[in-house]
Amino acid sequence: MLRGILITILTIGVAGAAFWGYQEHQEKNAILQNAENNYQRAFHDLSFQMDLLNDKIGTSLAMNSRSSLSPALAEVWKITSQAHNDVGQLPLTLVPFNKTEEFLANVGNFAYKTAIRDLDDEPLTDEEYATLETLYKESADIQNDLREVQHMVLDNHLTWMDVELALATEGAPADNTIIDGFKTVEKTVESYSETEFGVGMVGIKKEDDNFKYLKGKKINKEEAVETAKKWVTPGENFKTKVTENGKGADYGFFSVYMEGDRNKSHATMDITKKGGFPIWFLVSREVEEQKISLNDATNKAIAFLKDHNFTDLDLFESAQYDNMGVFTFVGTNGDTRIYPDAITMKVALDNGDIIGFSAEDYLKSHHEREIAEPKITAAEAKKQVNPKVKIMEERQAVILNDLTKEVLCHEFTGVLGDDTYRIYINAESGIEEKVEKLDNAEQIYEDVV
Amino acid sequence: MKIKSLVKMVTVLVLLIAIVPCSHFEQRAEAFSNQVVQQGAVGDDVIELQSRLQYLGFYNGKIDGVFGWGTYWALRNFQYEFGMKVDGLAGQQTKAKLVKASKYHKEHVKKNINEGKKFTHYGGTDINKQGGGTAAPKNNQSGAQGNKPSGTQGNNQGANQQGANQPAPKQQAAPSKVTAANTPNGFSQNDIQLMANAVYGEARGEPYEGQVAVAAVIINRLESATFPNTVSGVIFEPLAFTAVADGQIWLTPNETARKAVLDAINGMDPTGEATYYFNPDTATSSWIWGRPQIKKIGKHIFCK
Repeated sequence: MLRGILITILTIGVAGAAFWGYQEHQEKNAILQNAENNYQRAFHDLSFQMDLLNDKIGTSLAMNSRSSLSPALAEVWKITSQAHNDVGQLPLTLVPFNKTEEFLANVGNFAYKTAIRDLDDEPLTDEEYATLETLYKESADIQNDLREVQHMVLDNHLTWMDVELALATEGAPADNTIIDGFKTVEKTVESYSETEFGVGMVGIKKEDDNFKYLKGKKINKEEAVETAKKWVTPGENFKTKVTENGKGADYGFFSVYMEGDRNKSHATMDITKKGGFPIWFLVSREVEEQKISLNDATNKAIAFLKDHNFTDLDLFESAQYDNMGVFTFVGTNGDTRIYPDAITMKVALDNGDIIGFSAEDYLKSHHEREIAEPKITAAEAKKQVNPKVKIMEERQAVILNDLTKEVLCHEFTGVLGDDTYRIYINAESGIEEKVEKLDNAEQIYEDVV
Repeated sequence: MKIKSLVKMVTVLVLLIAIVPCSHFEQRAEAFSNQVVQQGAVGDDVIELQSRLQYLGFYNGKIDGVFGWGTYWALRNFQYEFGMKVDGLAGQQTKAKLVKASKYHKEHVKKNINEGKKFTHYGGTDINKQGGGTAAPKNNQSGAQGNKPSGTQGNNQGANQQGANQPAPKQQAAPSKVTAANTPNGFSQNDIQLMANAVYGEARGEPYEGQVAVAAVIINRLESATFPNTVSGVIFEPLAFTAVADGQIWLTPNETARKAVLDAINGMDPTGEATYYFNPDTATSSWIWGRPQIKKIGKHIFCK
């Protein structure tokens, strides 16, 4: 009797566990499948975009009429950005795929810059045409490689989840067909000698000059600590620790760590080896309730800059975030603002201490500049501005344009509707270099309790 | 007829009050604090500044307590019209002139802000125009005490009608009374929140600069050609961040993480332009060790 009951209960238990287990298994599979499908979609989409890219570059080569060349190049630009987007959705972070992504970005940039140009005035140069031809060949290679991977994936039912597993676990992502395929693509791209993208198309990243304008002798660790003390003082007694930059850094710097007894704070600071200039520092401490106004904080920031021999700077922006004030200063040369020479500072609004400082941009770009006389007067430049914009302020400014080159502009700050805009008109050519919409404060979306 | 003349009388009264500064109308407690208010500031003084500028018709934006561009131009126009030095700063002289020229209905403003309602604070002259049948559903504060309740009620309805076209604006009640916040150019508060989530999930045990560094890596990736160009794209790139993979990104971040993100967005980069980082104790991929290393902050090694 008892045995019968026990057997029944056990049987039900086992059956129940089996059923539950089966359901869990099903669910897990469904979720895995879902993730897999997302990857597959991104992957097949990527190879589709590469097909399309190749086609489009090919057609634009054959085009003679300039009016149709612009849209074709715009299309190329669009396709590259979509392909780039697809790569971002694949679990390739740990696979070297950088060159291919860079290639895509370069093609996109090239297409964009030629597409927006007035091709009637400035038709494609022979050089640019040659660039387009090489791009056509290179994109065909990439297309082929990718198609091969695609074929293998489809033929052998390879899954991206395996890639993810292979990458996530230690050891060998080496024996995965998909990863190998992508590595081949990467190798192909790598083998291209730098494609000539034409004048003014130097890479996509801002040229990094690595503090080439800095002057001064190299400092050592002790001097770095001495320098750091001039900038930050976390209390009377503090201990310091200095480390040198790693081997992979583009420029030499010392990192100084200071731990003080005041307010349980500590500070970190990077100082260039050359000349001992402060790249940035951060003081980490609790900031208490606001006691001083943003305006007082501005004055403290200005005084701090003066004390440390930073001259010719204008307050550009100020903003309060909770109990901290953040200020951006930009360089000035006479009446001209030098926007690339920017310094950002963070001031605690409880006692006015400078708790954050970043002069990276300033140190990288600041040098003696010869500001040329503008060829176009402010009044002439004003005519280029949309007449609907009510101009409130105007001045001269040096900005970095889309090609990351410094250009002298007439700057107009104006209002259109409820929004404020900053408009830069090139003082040489009169073209509209940049129009910025200045952000309004954003509403806080929070529930009323 | 009777009501109309009453309204007129009230208006005249208000104007008189506005022009003749009577000592007992100038309530000390309601006037500005001593600070000079400048662009970018947040808080009660800004609310008062905006209210007073709106009372005089210079400021047509929302009274939200953040000294943005709208307030800046309004203040400059005020300074220009009243023959002061046009500097866009609310200093002692400007504030005194403003207090003289306008009224500030603190109760009305605070109440509406706290209740998250749409409201305005125009001066007495405006109510006549409004009475003439302007389409704007927002009602205006007339300035006389008697009108207050009806004014606020009208506002409520206005808010409800308008709410349909907009993502229901709900506003923070206490303790700070402002209903908006400064955001760095190009980033929304939700972007900041998302990044704070990532930073908290990835580096909550790290020192402050280590958290700024993680946020800076996200920013550096945004600027890099080899990574996606959006905050969400960078954060949710498969296998990019372990906190995303194991769901720790959905923990509620603390204030420190948010501050770290703001610092990174405002240009602090403790990493020396790194786009990768890893924890040497837990890193599983040998590939990551091959990247050129820049420096170590806390437990993380940052590399190119």
